[in-house]
Amino acid sequence: MERERRALLKLAGLTVVGLAGGALARTVEASSKHAAKPGTKRLAMVIDPRKCLEKDGCTDCIGACHAAHNVPAIDDPRREVKWIWKEKFSGAFPDQEAEYVDEALTSKPVLVFCNHCDNPPCVRVCPTQATWRRDDGIVMMDWHRCIGCRYCVAGCPYGSRSFNWVDPRPFLKSPTPDFPTRTKGVVEKCTFCDERIGKGQQPACVEACKEKALVFGDLNDPDSAVRQTLRARFALRRKAGLGTRPAIHYLV
Amino acid sequence: MHDGGKILTGLAVFLVLALLPFWHNAVGGTAAAPQPKIVTQEKECVAPRETIRSTHMELLNTWRDTVVREGTRTYMDARGKTVNMSLTNTCLSCHPNKKEFCDACHNYLAVSPYCWQCHVEKKESA
Ligand code: HEC
Ligand code: HEC
Ligand code: HEC
Repeated sequence: MERERRALLKLAGLTVVGLAGGALARTVEASSKHAAKPGTKRLAMVIDPRKCLEKDGCTDCIGACHAAHNVPAIDDPRREVKWIWKEKFSGAFPDQEAEYVDEALTSKPVLVFCNHCDNPPCVRVCPTQATWRRDDGIVMMDWHRCIGCRYCVAGCPYGSRSFNWVDPRPFLKSPTPDFPTRTKGVVEKCTFCDERIGKGQQPACVEACKEKALVFGDLNDPDSAVRQTLRARFALRRKAGLGTRPAIHYLV
Repeated sequence: MHDGGKILTGLAVFLVLALLPFWHNAVGGTAAAPQPKIVTQEKECVAPRETIRSTHMELLNTWRDTVVREGTRTYMDARGKTVNMSLTNTCLSCHPNKKEFCDACHNYLAVSPYCWQCHVEKKESA
């Protein structure tokens, strides 16, 4: 009797240790996931708001992106669809105490779009894997799989995802045949121009910016333009405290 | 034995009604099988004719997944040429007459691929 009880206690103890070990291993694995895999890219963008603000009211990048991807121009803010847009400074950086920072920056809008997070909440909540993170860091969208549940819209802390409440076609004056439109009932967002990157081109917004306020490249390459820029100047990321690890960096 | 006339009339009416679809076809003729019109100067499709005919929907699904999910956009076709995997820009470049080509078959078969709700149909010149 006595022996059996001891054996049982031992077994129970071992089970607890085993479970705890497993959980620990998973945590370690999760935290090392962000470490660069050799040979992979980590595509990212660095934005220089001062250069961006040089030309007052400039919307070159927005126009180029929205034309290239057939993004409809819907005026109603409740139904609008946007891939790249301007946000009030306090809206883009609500966690930044900017009381004494140069008003030239904080009083002006900030260019925002999908942050292509290392740890994207939208991907975690998507029930159909219509959105996922590619090895090069792009948070991609498969419109064919999107069922329009809008979990990702709720999950994204940056408002980067738009839902098509209405058929977008009537709001497109001359759709380009090079990119499909979307339909009522699917979600869409910036894809870092995966269709252009695949051909070795820069994203449409980067190419359209005459002030060169947007720099695009691979963070895993120490000599890339993005890494050089980030070495030279201090940069912020939106809502860094959330642990999403955005790939869009804003120079200050 | 006195109802022979009624029974025969009833049978005749039944036969006429039951065979109505056949009469209809005999008089009006069946809907003609579609004749999808090839307008391109090219001689071959991206796959041999019988293959593309029976499995183009599967090929398109493969193209879709390869492009969107794997990020690869070029495809070596049956002619040994490399084409861009694009519904609008590749299929419709050789088959620009979508209405007389794709739709001719699909209407006959009563299938309506929903792809065109998003994929842009180029203005048809033909
Ligand atoms: C909700 C909108 C939507 C619907 C419906 C849709 N697609 Fe797409 N499709 C897209 C988008 C957006 C892309 C991405 C284009 C890119 O990255 O270049 C795409 C890409 C593709 C591609 C590869 C690139 C290209 O431009 O052709 C193929 C092939 C494709 N879809 C096939 C289909 C087929 C076949 C159907 C119908 C059975 C379909 N799609 C329905 C939106 C849609
Ligand atoms: C390079 C030009 C070209 C491209 C690109 C092309 N086709 Fe074709 N297609 C043809 C030609 C030519 C034929 C006739 C082949 C024959 O008669 O042997 C044909 C035949 C077909 C047929 C069979 C028609 C019939 O009556 O049997 C189908 C279906 C078809 N194509 C669909 C497609 C689809 C879908 C795509 C895109 C994935 C596509 N084609 C891309 C040239 C092309
Ligand atoms: C020779 C006749 C024919 C031609 C021409 C043809 N198709 Fe089809 N298509 C079919 C048949 C048959 C089916 C299968 C219907 C089914 O399985 O219910 C089909 C199905 C499809 C489907 C899948 C539809 C679904 O709801 O699953 C797509 C997508 C498609 N065709 C695209 C095209 C495109 C694009 C073209 C023109 C470039 C084209 N087809 C030309 C006969 C044709």
